[in-house]
Amino acid sequence: MVVLKNGVPQPNEWVRLADDATPPDGAKVIVTFERWQAERESLRQRNSAIGVSLKSDQSPLLLADDLDRVSLVALEFPKFTDGRSFSYARVLRDRLGYRGEIRAVGQVLRDQYLFMLRVGIDTIEPPAEKRVEGYAEALTEFSVFYQPTNDHRETALRLRHGLNKSTASAAA
Amino acid sequence: MYRYDQFDATFVRERTEQFRGQVARRLAGELTEEEFRPLRLKNGLYLQLHAYMLRVAIPYGELSSTQMRKLAFIARRYDKGYGHFTTRQNIQYNWPRLDDVPDLLAHLAEVEMHAIQTSGNCIRNVTADHLAGVTPDEVDDPRVWGEIIRQWSTLHPEFSYLPRKFKIVVIGTETDRAAMRTHDIGLKIVRNDAGEMGFAFYTGGGQGRTPIIGPLVKAFVAKEDLLSYLDATLRVYNMHGRRDNIYKARIKILVQSLGAEEFGRQVEEEWLRIKDTVLKLPEAEVARIRSYFAPPTYENLPAYIPEFEAKKSADPDFGRWVRANTDVHKVDGYIAVSISLKPVGAAPGDMTADQMDVMADLSDAYSFGEIRVTHRQNLVLPNVRKQDLFDLWTRLKAVSLDEPNIGFVSDIIACPGLDYCNLANARSIPVAQRLSRRFSDAKRLSDIGELRLNISGCINACGHHHVGHIGILGVDKKGEEFYQVTLGGSSAEDISIGKILGPAFSYDQITDAIETVIDTYLDQRTGPSERFIDTYRRIGIEPFKEKVYGGSKERRPAAE
Amino acid sequence: MANDRPLNQMVTAQWLLGGESIYWVAGKGWSDSFAEATVYADQATADAALAEVQEFVKQRVIVGPYLIEVEVDSDGPKPTSARERIRAAHNATFDIDHGSWTARIAD
Repeated sequence: MVVLKNGVPQPNEWVRLADDATPPDGAKVIVTFERWQAERESLRQRNSAIGVSLKSDQSPLLLADDLDRVSLVALEFPKFTDGRSFSYARVLRDRLGYRGEIRAVGQVLRDQYLFMLRVGIDTIEPPAEKRVEGYAEALTEFSVFYQPTNDHRETALRLRHGLNKSTASAAA
Repeated sequence: MYRYDQFDATFVRERTEQFRGQVARRLAGELTEEEFRPLRLKNGLYLQLHAYMLRVAIPYGELSSTQMRKLAFIARRYDKGYGHFTTRQNIQYNWPRLDDVPDLLAHLAEVEMHAIQTSGNCIRNVTADHLAGVTPDEVDDPRVWGEIIRQWSTLHPEFSYLPRKFKIVVIGTETDRAAMRTHDIGLKIVRNDAGEMGFAFYTGGGQGRTPIIGPLVKAFVAKEDLLSYLDATLRVYNMHGRRDNIYKARIKILVQSLGAEEFGRQVEEEWLRIKDTVLKLPEAEVARIRSYFAPPTYENLPAYIPEFEAKKSADPDFGRWVRANTDVHKVDGYIAVSISLKPVGAAPGDMTADQMDVMADLSDAYSFGEIRVTHRQNLVLPNVRKQDLFDLWTRLKAVSLDEPNIGFVSDIIACPGLDYCNLANARSIPVAQRLSRRFSDAKRLSDIGELRLNISGCINACGHHHVGHIGILGVDKKGEEFYQVTLGGSSAEDISIGKILGPAFSYDQITDAIETVIDTYLDQRTGPSERFIDTYRRIGIEPFKEKVYGGSKERRPAAE
Repeated sequence: MANDRPLNQMVTAQWLLGGESIYWVAGKGWSDSFAEATVYADQATADAALAEVQEFVKQRVIVGPYLIEVEVDSDGPKPTSARERIRAAHNATFDIDHGSWTARIAD
């Protein structure tokens, strides 16, 4: 399966592990939150990177005490109309200060991709039947942004008032 | 009026092209109808009974004459020569083709208009008091804040896939002309004890299947914190609002299930975390937006204009129209004029392209080129000199836009109903037409006095039936149209939810039933100054029930 | 579910491009005319027709096909609901001349 980062296809280094599967040695594995809860101590002891996947009714606050050990949080979009994970990404970044990878999995549509990057999601796993190039195209559709989030895109408001970073540093 | 700068103009062009691409992908088979549907809805495009319907945003109900002319152009070119103004101050076209919509939107973008977020499970186009900026006793102009909210909510990356739709309204006075507490968030601009301006948040109101009067969740949010408090509210809703049942997915259900106090506590907790971050509104941006809403250059005029007063008594028709269709203006010598879109026998809120052009011309001639749309589906020329009023009325009369019925029983709110709408159970417009013919006599109308009659074609309540003094709700009984009557609702500052009168009436019975309700009021009122709603509140529903159902639960036979 | 009374049904949908309501005429194709449509007297043939027209959904010609119930008498088929009566007429039930208003302008 392909993973997209900034619209560019990447090899997927992570293995999503079924709850009854044994973690392969040395592999980067993503476990469900239920498994993380059940095997927390042993999983923390593993030598390789661990990711945890959250269903759309599982708030990332459940992982608040474990984020130091979690290199990837996978947020599920069971239906593209279920938008809870847009807020979960912001909770992870802004409230919990998480700096690891956030990945969107499930029914992730191209028309949502730019929103996902804006709220702090790094990578997505697009559904197999979708044209991968479309996701890169979606990132070029807008050059103006109204909402300040935690990405690098400057808002119309800051640009209007010369508060953007480039202007600010040029003036300094 | 607000004017787009380079950022706004670029944005709307980009959004138009994005939608053009979405339509192309739908036609090319890259998007299924299931995937396309939410995308087209977020751009105001519905598939209705006979055709597509496009809902065009009129942010906070304000239009320029140039924009009105463009709406007329679109009505002629892409529709059948008319449009329908809605209870959310927008306009709907009933007959566009899917493959024409991208070009239609490009025409709208030329005059700084769009259809963004006029539907879908996102933050809808923001509405406001239609007398914003001209009514006396306003704490501040709601349009300024409406525009700030419009920009903040437009293609919000976090809040574009909410559990359900989300409606925000702003008013600046104690008098409520915008049904403030029937919204997901009703914002009332207020002053605190220190004299600072801010917002009271009434969160979790709504109509639909479960009508709820929005509780006060926070009495004062400082103006620089408006966006952070909105953000916090929406985040709590997006994470915790129900997604398992469409009828329980609005924020009102969340607020009710947690209790307003606990809901407010959760918002507060989130808000305290973010209030001093990037969402704090810089004064410079507020000032920039405010400058667009600076008052026009009013003349120095006396409050009392003798020739105007003389005309009112000399021409009783003019006098009646002035009494019914005008509101006090904050500037001496000026007046705010309502243009009724409810002439006898018309479809409430409908307007032909020719009439739109006339309105544009009249607004240029008499009102600084500015027009407002009201949530009661009428138009307003907000800035007319009293001395011009007779000329304006004469010109309105020539095109039959002079119906003197604002606030009266024939000033009916009606949704499109089963004549157009895919969701409707029963027709609304023909019921409104029959009622307006029944109550067409001007003297009878003014004798009955203020009476708000609202009609919805289904329980979604787009026609605001719960908050009409008299509400009519269309229901389906085995494929046939029936109408349930509610009494005692109000959407004003004395807001209340109407109570069901009794068993529903057939299409042919409903006009007589309403007339009986109104005759009962006329019999029971203490005098002409006691409004229908006052009489209802004094005597309750029983006397009405007795008259309408003849003391038993049996319906009266249908009239011939 | 078993049903004792005769159930007459038609297949209806909307054109994808224009959104107009259309009716399925077996062996011929889509028609704007309700009166022309094929009436299916049993559930199995109605279901088969509905399955058959899914191809038009895939080809992006129509959207949202479904079965509607109709009554058949000597004048031909009639919709059994107000909704389908209005749909079959392809227009609102009131005069789109906006009542007295446009009439007065036209004077």
